[in-house]
Amino acid sequence: MASRLMALWDWFDSRMPSVAEEFRKHLAEYYAPKNFNFWYFFGALSILVLAIQIVSGIFLTMNYKPDAALAFGSVEYIMRDVPGGWVIRYIHSTGASAFFLDVYLHMFRGLLYGSYKQPRELIWIFGVLIYLTLMAEAFMGYLLPWGQMSYWGAQVIVNLFSSIPFIGPDLALWIRGDYVVSDATLNRFFALHVIAIPLVLLGLVAAHILALHDVGSNNPDGIEIKKTKGPDGHPLDGIPFHPYYTVKDIVGAVVFLALFSVVVFFVPEMGGYFLEYNNYVPADPLKTPAHIAPLWYFTPYYSILRAVPPLFNSVFPGVAMMGLSTLILFFLPWLDRSPVKSIRYRGGLYKGAVAIFVLTFLVLGYLGTEPVTVWGQAGAWLGYADRATIAARICTLLYFAFFFLMPWYTAIDKTKPVPERVTM
Amino acid sequence: MSEKKIDNTRRNLIVATSAVAGAAGAGAAIPFAWSWWPSERAKAAGAPVEADISNLAPGELAVVEWRGKPVWIMRRTKEMLEAIKKVEDKVTDPKSEVPLQPEYAKNEYRSIKPEYLVLVGICTHLGCSPQPKSSEAKGEMGADWAGGFLCPCHGSKFDLAGRVYKGAPAPVNLEVPPHTYLSDGTILIGEDKKGA
Amino acid sequence: MKKLLLAIVFLPAVALAAEAGYRLDRAPIDPKDLVSLQAGARTFVNYCLNCHGAEFMRYNRLTDLGLTETQIRDNLIFTDAKVGDTMKVALTAKDGKAMFGAAPPDLTVVGRSRGADWLYTYLRSFYRDPKSPTGWNNAVFPEVAMPHALWTLQGERALEVVSRDAQHAPPEYKWSQLSPGAENAVQYDTTVRDLVNFLVYVGEPAANDRKRIGIVVLFALGVLFIFAYALKKEYWKDVK
Repeated sequence: MASRLMALWDWFDSRMPSVAEEFRKHLAEYYAPKNFNFWYFFGALSILVLAIQIVSGIFLTMNYKPDAALAFGSVEYIMRDVPGGWVIRYIHSTGASAFFLDVYLHMFRGLLYGSYKQPRELIWIFGVLIYLTLMAEAFMGYLLPWGQMSYWGAQVIVNLFSSIPFIGPDLALWIRGDYVVSDATLNRFFALHVIAIPLVLLGLVAAHILALHDVGSNNPDGIEIKKTKGPDGHPLDGIPFHPYYTVKDIVGAVVFLALFSVVVFFVPEMGGYFLEYNNYVPADPLKTPAHIAPLWYFTPYYSILRAVPPLFNSVFPGVAMMGLSTLILFFLPWLDRSPVKSIRYRGGLYKGAVAIFVLTFLVLGYLGTEPVTVWGQAGAWLGYADRATIAARICTLLYFAFFFLMPWYTAIDKTKPVPERVTM
Repeated sequence: MSEKKIDNTRRNLIVATSAVAGAAGAGAAIPFAWSWWPSERAKAAGAPVEADISNLAPGELAVVEWRGKPVWIMRRTKEMLEAIKKVEDKVTDPKSEVPLQPEYAKNEYRSIKPEYLVLVGICTHLGCSPQPKSSEAKGEMGADWAGGFLCPCHGSKFDLAGRVYKGAPAPVNLEVPPHTYLSDGTILIGEDKKGA
Repeated sequence: MKKLLLAIVFLPAVALAAEAGYRLDRAPIDPKDLVSLQAGARTFVNYCLNCHGAEFMRYNRLTDLGLTETQIRDNLIFTDAKVGDTMKVALTAKDGKAMFGAAPPDLTVVGRSRGADWLYTYLRSFYRDPKSPTGWNNAVFPEVAMPHALWTLQGERALEVVSRDAQHAPPEYKWSQLSPGAENAVQYDTTVRDLVNFLVYVGEPAANDRKRIGIVVLFALGVLFIFAYALKKEYWKDVK
């Protein structure tokens, strides 16, 4: 039996040797630093969530109807009439949030260990592109249940485009294909969500991984392991990705899936953060809900949008700042002037900056889920302005300061000597 | 020696982990595969149908839709029942050996009560719906035609019990759906008599 | 670092702001209490289904509540609907709009959009208001177009809102009974509790299954974790 299988494999291998070749190149003989820690789970987990979203998404399309008159009902049809439909739908809705959580933690890892720095700038750029594509994917997917939040969220976001000078109104009209978000919008968002954007996403993920495997992985010490090679030509601090990191990532995947299952089976709405309560009211173009909030993964940017005051009766400055807050990520590799990569060997300035940035991001994220009146009004000396708006403005300034001041504080920061070899 | 021992532990662990992971993966596939079964809506639409037969005249044919298929209910006259007996040697499966009818309709007239015939009106050849041809259509169907059904697509002929004539393209008799009498005047199509 | 992760995973629950600041009572519902759910189903078909539908909910799904299809047909279906049909309402949206000014919303997922506490408080907060076109108003949902559908049970009540001087103190709500209903206050609370329990069930009929299956899934992942972790340990013995 075993020799039969070997013979079959030889037959296959002699006709298509590239399968074994790629397996060696990307897994069995891809040498990864041996000191990966907790933060290094989230790349693999993001790929797992991508797979989960593709599979659950395909099965949802089998019963979903991209039609303004039928969409809401077809989701409820999936939730109650389709056998097992509710599991599939909750997997997909939870997967959307899990995807962003993984990607945010993955990006934070890059920030901690300088993974975007030379020679990995291109990997970072592909990563930011993945992130932006994911945002488009999530935004369009959120319209599909055709609830009040789907509808008004899309209405607000599309209207942001109309604030762009000169071309804005026409651009928004073109995106919607109608004068309001309507059946036409739903239908095109459906097409983009289920096939066009996922294809782009897959291509970018492939580019991200290929670029990574060409230069090799960074690690918590920020040391280039390829600099110290053994007599066999392999890095002394490297271990083959397969089997060492495959078995490790399986453990991470199981823990992740357990947390994922807790949400899917016990708190699928996650207190209104993963599935908003108001989205169980069918879309009504004539009735705006009292409080519109995007899902949690967009709220930091939504806060920035609200924090920037309008100029010349136009919200465009806020829109521009919101756009800038994501696009600035592309420039991170060149903003960081530190001679070391990892936060382990950086000085207090960078550590402080990262801590403030994380806090800023979380506060902005929280404020974006709440109405601006959540913290009440300040006193007369601030003109009775909403406290939350003041906080959001301060956080917006800090958000941009983290990036714009980075060339300065990373250059003057006191760094520690980086060891030759990785520490476990 | 010690190296060999380690290899065995590893092999066992790989096998065990793969087995558990495979089982978990199969478990995860259940809701997806399961979602292909008919939904509650499809089941509700495919629920048994009640048909009122109290007004059916002798010799008349009523068509009822059940699960998207035409179901015929024919009230057969004495002459028609006689005709079924006469064509016994001309049909392929006179004793209804092929299980295309519930056990309670596996008889001479392929029905619970001889008077009422219940059939799925779909030709067992390629799925067209045959048309009734009375015994008067001898000009079209031949001099010895005793009445029955003719499939317009490929010319399969069936007698008044839905049994297929020899030499027809259709291989087997027409199907008798599960059905039961709720009362003398009402038939429930799609459900056998309740067990209890 | 791990604390940060925890903070992100376990974000605090969003509190739904109650309209007009009326404090919501906690609904003492129990999704496993079949007697309560059955009582709620009866109240729903008797009092709600005349104007509101539950057009995504099938009657025969109520077998979840321990009823047989025959029982459902005999006790809960008053229209010519079949047991496999959804709980549609006879009133058309157009007629509803003409009668109440707004078409009565479908109630299939109202338990999910409004939440149990809101429904429980809302259904117990109707009062007589001569200024309103229906003669009814509601403390939780001011100016609501819906009349008090359960008034024969609760009786008629009046509400006096005493606003206290400072803008920060919530106003005081003084309820008084104008005429008695068929049920006393305790019985009425139970009736509403059962109805809300039922509405929450209808919002997500799979909820009980979901939790049951979840435990099995977590157990399976726990077993898988033990093996995966042992395998990882075994391989990582090599790494020095």
